Amino acid sequence: MNWLFRYANPHEFMRLSGAVLPYIAVATALCFAIGLYLGFSVPPDYQQGTTITLMFIHVPADVVAELIYGAIAVCSLLSLVWRHPLSDTAARAAAPFGALFTAVAIITGALWGKPMWGTYWVWDARLTSFLLLFFLYLGYMALWNAIEDETRAARACAILALVGLVDIPIIKFSVDWWSTLHQGESIMSGKIAPVYLAPLLIMMLGYNLLFFTLWMVRIRTAILERRARNLMQQAAS
Amino acid sequence: MSVFATLLMRDIKLAARSGGSAALALSFFALVATLVPLGVGADLHLLARVAGGVLWVAAVLAALLSLDRLFQGDFEDGSLDVIALSPLPLELTSLAKIAAHWLSTGLPLTVLSPVLALMFNLPPHATAILFVSLLAGTPAVSAIGAIGASLTLSLKRGGLILPLIILPLLSPVVIFGAGAVAATLDGMAAGSALGLLAAFATAAMLLSPFAAAACVRLNLGG
Repeated sequence: MNWLFRYANPHEFMRLSGAVLPYIAVATALCFAIGLYLGFSVPPDYQQGTTITLMFIHVPADVVAELIYGAIAVCSLLSLVWRHPLSDTAARAAAPFGALFTAVAIITGALWGKPMWGTYWVWDARLTSFLLLFFLYLGYMALWNAIEDETRAARACAILALVGLVDIPIIKFSVDWWSTLHQGESIMSGKIAPVYLAPLLIMMLGYNLLFFTLWMVRIRTAILERRARNLMQQAAS
Repeated sequence: MSVFATLLMRDIKLAARSGGSAALALSFFALVATLVPLGVGADLHLLARVAGGVLWVAAVLAALLSLDRLFQGDFEDGSLDVIALSPLPLELTSLAKIAAHWLSTGLPLTVLSPVLALMFNLPPHATAILFVSLLAGTPAVSAIGAIGASLTLSLKRGGLILPLIILPLLSPVVIFGAGAVAATLDGMAAGSALGLLAAFATAAMLLSPFAAAACVRLNLGG
């Protein structure tokens, strides 16, 4: 664990993240450029036609939206066990991106639904559980903003994140169960033609790198903000 | 154990006497159930179809009304500090508060539900399932609600944030509870839904006192 704690030091973190950030940002841009170019030039699907292109925007957002909750949960656990302020900062910085990517997944899902199902919103199991995930992110962010004392807010939010971690698989299971009870439509047979696989994987990587880049920038901003506040307090006293 | 019982009785008395939050929750429950036919129309077939879902949602909302005061009153007047000093671990204190909340809201709501189900034209066998599902599921509402209440106990506007935090966590309760009634109406067995609901409620009651106690400790500055 020692290597982890070395980079949990804000100074070390600033040094390392400042050095790698430009490379990650360029890699993100490259992935999006290649992925989108390939995504728009794939042959139309025999069932979905040209709307298959939406898959390259929708599915990676789906995956990253869930991954971010995992990132928040890991940071929360680190924060509760080792009480390290940087993991609190990281958890707080990740939450708006969780809400954002969930919103992107829901909106692109709805736009995809219009040509596929003939309506923007069907109460499909995946869309419904993503809507609930979106509200979980909103609640988490609201709690962060509501508690003034930063240490207390951090620990309360960490507990909430872990409670959510236990509950999310149950929510997903219950929504799936509900969807079969009400005979919802089933999509995504799981098989995918190799032509579509390459752009999908590149976009998947691109979305992950995009989140990682933005996350780093937000954590760095939060650290700089805290330093500025400390300097101002020192100057005032 | 006597400390536990004393705390339980005290909280039930408080719910029954000061402000009468139990009676308020019941009135709210009945009022929401009255507004729904006014909104969707008095078609008895339609009402029977939606009764399970409407009454479940109304019961969860009614239970939410008094949740934000679960720890807050004791926190504000300092009695929570005294309770924390007692030999009873905070986990059991939280369990006593959850039990008191359920006995003063969840249980009365469950007892009232057959009357409202009658007004919604729900067939008797489905009403029985609704009653059992509320009996099994409302403890989970109190238990998970206690986590939300302890997270927001120091907040002035806690009552606004609390529903946002716990309603998504409670979605399985509504799904399995209303699902059991819907399955019965469709002529299917409700056993699996009730079983899942009972499992969820049991897990919630076992685990949430620990989460709630951790939050209370945090707010007491421990």
